Amino acid sequence: MTGAQPAIRLTGLTKSFGSVKAVDGVDLDIGEGEFFSMLGPSGSGKTTVLRLIAGFEQPSSGTISLFGQDVTDRAPFDRDVNTVFQDYALFPHMSVLDNVAYGLRVRGVAKRARHQQARAALDTVRLGGFADRKPSQLSGGQRQRVALARATVVSPKVLLLDEPLGALDLKLREQMQVELKELQRTLGITFIFVTHDQQEALTLSDRIAVFNEGRIEQLGTPAEIYERPASPFVAAFVGTSNIFDDNISQALLGRSGVHSVRPEKISVTTENLPLVADRVAAGVLAEVIYIGSSTQLIVDLDAGSRVVVLEQNDAHRVATKNRGARVTVGWNDSDIVTLAASSLVSRP
Amino acid sequence: MRLSRPARGLLAAITAVVLALIYLPLLVVFVNSFSTSQNLTWPPPGFTLEWWAKAFQSDGALDAVLTSLQVALASTAVALVLGTLISLGLQRFEFFGRDAISLLVILPIALPGIVTGIALNNAFRTGLGVQLSILTLIIAHATFCIVTVFNNVIARLRRLGTSLEDASSDLGAGIWTTFRLVTFPQLRSALLAGGLLAFALSFDEIIVTTFTAGSSVKTLPLWILDNLFRPNQAPVVNVIAVVLVVVSIIPIYFAQRIAGAEKIVR
Repeated sequence: MTGAQPAIRLTGLTKSFGSVKAVDGVDLDIGEGEFFSMLGPSGSGKTTVLRLIAGFEQPSSGTISLFGQDVTDRAPFDRDVNTVFQDYALFPHMSVLDNVAYGLRVRGVAKRARHQQARAALDTVRLGGFADRKPSQLSGGQRQRVALARATVVSPKVLLLDEPLGALDLKLREQMQVELKELQRTLGITFIFVTHDQQEALTLSDRIAVFNEGRIEQLGTPAEIYERPASPFVAAFVGTSNIFDDNISQALLGRSGVHSVRPEKISVTTENLPLVADRVAAGVLAEVIYIGSSTQLIVDLDAGSRVVVLEQNDAHRVATKNRGARVTVGWNDSDIVTLAASSLVSRP
Repeated sequence: MRLSRPARGLLAAITAVVLALIYLPLLVVFVNSFSTSQNLTWPPPGFTLEWWAKAFQSDGALDAVLTSLQVALASTAVALVLGTLISLGLQRFEFFGRDAISLLVILPIALPGIVTGIALNNAFRTGLGVQLSILTLIIAHATFCIVTVFNNVIARLRRLGTSLEDASSDLGAGIWTTFRLVTFPQLRSALLAGGLLAFALSFDEIIVTTFTAGSSVKTLPLWILDNLFRPNQAPVVNVIAVVLVVVSIIPIYFAQRIAGAEKIVR
C-alpha cells in the first residue's frame, strides 16, 4: 500500500435484501493506485460491494471511507468514484462526444473546454473519429471504450469496473485486458475490478479478494491466491485443483486434514520408471485430453481418488501415454496446500 | 399459427361484419353532412355544402370547439405533470402501500363515468362549496387523463431500468439534472403518446362532463347533444360530428405510431 491511508476502507460492511444477506460483514482496505479485483461466482456479493462503494445501494450496516473520509451516507454524485457499468449504460440519445463530456457538463465546465477534454479522452481510447456517432452505431468493444473514457475524463480517485469485459468475445477481451492494465498504469489511480473470470483476475490484479456467499474467502496477490488457496472453495474456484479430503490425505500424504495440489505440480510416468518426487502413488490412466500447449491426464489412483495432471507438451516430451495404462504419479511436499477445513463449501 | 382455409374465411367474415358495424354508421354521418335532407332521410336526396358553411358560421359550434380544446389541453397538461410524478414515485421508490396506490391511480379509467360524474359533482358543490365551472371540468377530466400518461410512462420506466440514471448520478449529476438530461429525454415519446391519448379522451368525453361543467361551459359533445334533436340543426350536428371524429382520430393515430411496439393501455 503506497498512500498513508487506504483509497477505500470498508468496515463491517453488510447489505441485506429482505432475508438474504448479499454482503455479510466485509472488512477491506484497498490502496491508492492499486489494481484490485473482486472475484467470485454470481451471487457472491462482489457486485453489491461495488454498488455500495459507488453509492447506488445503502449498506444495512458498516461504513465506507474514501481516503479517510466517511462517505457512507453520501449520494453517488457526491463521491469521488466513477463506474464503468457492465452494460456500459451509455446515454442513447447523446452522441459519443456528449456522453464522454457529460460528467464535465454537470460540473459546469464550458462547452468548448469540455468538448476539448472529451476529445482528448476519446483519443486515448483510440476512438477519436467516432465523436459524432450515437452509441447504437458502435460495436461492443467500442462502447466499452466510450464508457471508460466517460468515467475517466472526470479524473476520479477510484474507478469501479463492473464485469466490464463480460460482454466481449475472447480475442477482444484479451486485447482489452492489456489496454485496461496500461490505462491503470497511465492514470495511476485505484481500479476496483469485479469479475467472475479467475483468469482475468489473475492476469490483471495487484491483489484479489475472492468472494463467496457475501464474505471474503481469501485476500492476497494472484500468486498467493493461486499457489496457496486458503479454502477448498478458493482452490476449486481459482484454477483447477486436486482436493484430497481427510481420508485420502491420510492414505496419500500420511496427514489428516483437507489438502490440495495443482495439476501442473504433479508429474506422471509409466509404471516402474523412476520418478523424482517426495511422494508417489500408483494408478490407472483414465483419460488423456490434448489441449494444445499441454495435455490433461486423468488418473484413477489405487488409493481411491482421481487426480488431474497437466503436462506441458514441450520438446522433451517423448512417450505418448495410452488410456488404461498403469502409471505412477508423484509430487513434492512443498506443493501440497493445507486447506482450512472449516469452510468446506461446495463449488456452485 | 396456421389456420385451415374455411376457418380463415369465417374469421375474415366476422371481422368484416364487426368493423362494418363500427364504421358504417360513421360513414352515414359523414354522407349525411352533405345531404340536402333535413331529417336525415336515407338515401340522401341530393348533395350540398350548405351545412358545412353553416357549421363554420355557427357561433355556438365554434365556441364549443374552443371550449373543448381548452379543457382537453389543460387536463392533458395536468395529467402529464401528475402522471409523470406518480410513475416516477411508484417505479423508482419502494414504500408501504405502493401496489394499492398504483391500483387507485388506474381505477378512474374503469369507473363508470356516471359514478365519477355524480361523485365529483357532489364533492365540488356540497363538499367543497365550489361553483361548477371550466376549472372543475378540467379537474374532473384530469382524473382519468392521468391514467393514460401514467400507463405509458411507467411502462417506459420499467423498460429503461435504472442504469442510465445510476450512470448520470455516478458522473456527478444531482436528481434534477439527471431528470432533465437523461430521464426526460428517454420519456419524451412515452409522454407524447400518453398525452395524445389523454387529449383524445378529454376531447370527446360527455358523461363526466355533464355533471362537472358549469352551466355556461359548453363543450363540443354537450353542444351536439343539445342540438341533435332540433330539426334545423341536425345536419349541422353531422358536420360537427365529422370534425369531432377527425380531431379524435388524429392524436390516437400518432400515439399508436409513437408507441410503436409498446402496448397502449387506455
